[in-house]
Amino acid sequence: MDFQKELDARGLNCPLPILRAKKSLNDMTSGEMLKILATDPGSVKDFAAFAKQTGNELVSTAEAGGEYTFFMKKK
Amino acid sequence: MDQKKLAIIATKGTLDWAYPPLILASTAAALGYEVQVFSTFYGLQLMKKDVSDLKVSPLGNPGMPMKMPFGPKWFRGINWNIPNIIQANVPGFESLATVLMKQTIANNGVATIADLRDLCVEAEVKFLACQMTVELFGFKHSDFIDGIDFVGAATFFEFAGESDICLYI
Repeated sequence: MDFQKELDARGLNCPLPILRAKKSLNDMTSGEMLKILATDPGSVKDFAAFAKQTGNELVSTAEAGGEYTFFMKKK
Repeated sequence: MDQKKLAIIATKGTLDWAYPPLILASTAAALGYEVQVFSTFYGLQLMKKDVSDLKVSPLGNPGMPMKMPFGPKWFRGINWNIPNIIQANVPGFESLATVLMKQTIANNGVATIADLRDLCVEAEVKFLACQMTVELFGFKHSDFIDGIDFVGAATFFEFAGESDICLYI
């Protein structure tokens, strides 16, 4: 999937992945895609909740070998 | 839609209890909430310029696991059940527990309190300090980070009364 910005939040724990994602989205324009890498198992539900509450779209969530990849489109 | 509001009263001044108000405040700000944290009594410690001296105490705290942040996995898994009477009699026990806790925090990719608070400030979380307890404890306004309003309960209620969520921590 195409993305304009990547955030490596691997090894970080709650709430840092969300806070860093929010910061990354601040520097992007509407419609741009952010790719997020994380290892926090809680981040799966947290990014879904973040998207629901902020209006940014969580386009996909994937897990492989304990690593999570999220694609989020800026509102 | 109006911006949602979160009001927090922070009353605890130990390293462990510094986390809940700052995690919730920073996360709510990231979700678009307007956030105010009113610090009173020991919660004032979280607003001091220097938070590096916050400590955690396992003494009289049976809910706190005592685990080592180093060594092989089986060793880290051991819960060191140290009787209160020993904890109370060993000089520097709290400092040791704090060093171990800080190492565990770092091992787990958890933010430091100073970092979390910086993130709150950056996200425009508003910090209020209770003027009465500042005087009671003999603190000076210059002990605290910039941008704090020193106020009383009535000012807190002005915001809390309109908040969607209000937490006492």
